[in-house]
Amino acid sequence: MKTETDNLQPGQVEEPLDHLESSTEEHELRLPDKGSARRSQRAEVWRRLRKNKMAMIGLFIVVLIILTAVFADYIAPYSYRTQHLERRQEGPSGDFWLGTDDLGRDIFSRIVYGSRVSLQVGFVAVSIAVMLGGTLGALAGYYGSHLDNWIMRFMDVILAIPSILLAIAIVSSFGGGLVNVMVAVGVSNIPIYARIVKASVISIKEQEYIEAARAVGAGDARIIFKHILPNSLAPIIVQGTLGVATAILSAAGLSFIGLGIEPPTPEWGAMLSAGRHIIRRAPHVTTFPGLAIMITIFALNLLGDGLRDALDPRLKQ
Amino acid sequence: MHKYILRRLFLLIPVMLGVSFVVFTIMFFTPGDPVRVMLGERAPEAEIEAMRERMGLNEPFVVQFGSFVFNAARGDLGRSLVTRRPVFDELYARFPATLQLAAAGVLVAVLMGIPIGIVSATKQYSLFDGMSMALALVGVSMPNFWQGMMMILLFSIVLGVLPSSGYGTFMHLILPALTIGTSSAAIITRMTRSSMLEVVRQDYIRTARAKGLSERVVINQHALKNALIPIVTVIGLQFGYLLGGAVLTETIFSWPGVGRFMVDAIRQRDYPVVQGGVLLLALTFSVVNLLVDILYAYIDPRIKAQYK
Repeated sequence: MKTETDNLQPGQVEEPLDHLESSTEEHELRLPDKGSARRSQRAEVWRRLRKNKMAMIGLFIVVLIILTAVFADYIAPYSYRTQHLERRQEGPSGDFWLGTDDLGRDIFSRIVYGSRVSLQVGFVAVSIAVMLGGTLGALAGYYGSHLDNWIMRFMDVILAIPSILLAIAIVSSFGGGLVNVMVAVGVSNIPIYARIVKASVISIKEQEYIEAARAVGAGDARIIFKHILPNSLAPIIVQGTLGVATAILSAAGLSFIGLGIEPPTPEWGAMLSAGRHIIRRAPHVTTFPGLAIMITIFALNLLGDGLRDALDPRLKQ
Repeated sequence: MHKYILRRLFLLIPVMLGVSFVVFTIMFFTPGDPVRVMLGERAPEAEIEAMRERMGLNEPFVVQFGSFVFNAARGDLGRSLVTRRPVFDELYARFPATLQLAAAGVLVAVLMGIPIGIVSATKQYSLFDGMSMALALVGVSMPNFWQGMMMILLFSIVLGVLPSSGYGTFMHLILPALTIGTSSAAIITRMTRSSMLEVVRQDYIRTARAKGLSERVVINQHALKNALIPIVTVIGLQFGYLLGGAVLTETIFSWPGVGRFMVDAIRQRDYPVVQGGVLLLALTFSVVNLLVDILYAYIDPRIKAQYK
């Protein structure tokens, strides 16, 4: 069995030297101002992402799902609550592209409207986790010592409870519904972001430019929010993209056991659960919402992996 | 080494105290009165008040939490509001089924994930590698409760070769174990591949090849052993994920474990059972992570050397 390294000749190095040449060229250019440096960094990440076909497929599907959610009123042929009682549990047809459910509602329309709910849950839950986890992680990493110890031990406690179980405990106590599901899923993911941000802050806070900011009299809040956090965005973006996928899955799982979004709101997990008892007679009722979840998660995972490779090429295998 | 194990065991106490605090606090602030759930909405006010007093529900938060921890440490998790039996006994009766399911899931994940990951890494960019990575991505993206239903549809309804629910025989275990283990298998495949790729680029692997060792020995004895540490970490974490996932999988396959019992308890607003179930599964997860940490020491002699 041969690997790449087997093919190397004596004196040959594994890494191509192209990037070294290009970096020499960059050094010869005049020093860019801060704004253009950030722009060129973004352009470089976009260039790397564009080269990754799988990531671009992921991005394309994610954009398509977002557009579906935004223009659901125009795409869906029926309202998500319109019942065609005389045509219940029908298979896919010209009238109902993906068939109808137990109450005669058009499954395609419900999946289209369901994308709104799923995306909303995914993005809001991750935003909650990033904001709370990020703040706790930044405080722990920046101030260290006892504060770090208290915060991270608390995060260890939350991590000791499998996240879906914590979400179940929260939702079973405070009830289902869109807001509670988003909070439950968000809170159960706080430790992940706290750990990531803390690690980034620790590696950045000793850098010279932070020392320089401190020397010119910048306060702690300014240093954390203006200088440290923007420079630790890469891992947060990657984890956030993958986190949206996990959050959608968790919310669907909660709805599946009857703890999530309440009917008649079309939520993919709840649709699956409703079709469970008629799986023998009408398998399409469970098949299509599940496929919708899978395609969404698949696309977000492709994009997340691509972003990781583009933002930190060292991690690429 | 014993010092290390004792230290880790000792550290489990504050974590479990913290978990108890989080779970107790969530349940404490639950809207609604557990006594009304127990006695019914039509029970006389005096009877409700007497029961509240008897159960200590009129005490302040700190006192209630203190007695909860004290009782939990003795294995007393209160009584189910529905069955009126001790929660510990109810959970204890169902715990082996959950553990069996989670262990079977881990076994499926390891048996699929590690070999596929190794072959993918040794044949990087081959057709096999591309296919297995694509399948792994599908595996990670599939909601396991949907996968479970699709397998019931295929293997139980269409082909009629495996039972769709029940417990007791090996045949009953196959579908739930595959359902719960697939996404973990996908994660372990990806982790094994990337960990192996990192290791096979090291100088000592080149040395092993230069010595003329066969590829099988190089991969199995030199590379895999060094690539195992992150893989073992992931397996440990996956066990926790599987314990959480058991709640959904047990519901689909009517598996008589803690997860399904908890889902029923949630529907009946039987809070002591939910509280006890979360606590039990969190404790199991922490103990598994502890075992994984101890296992490191056996895989990596450098860790063992630190504690000699």
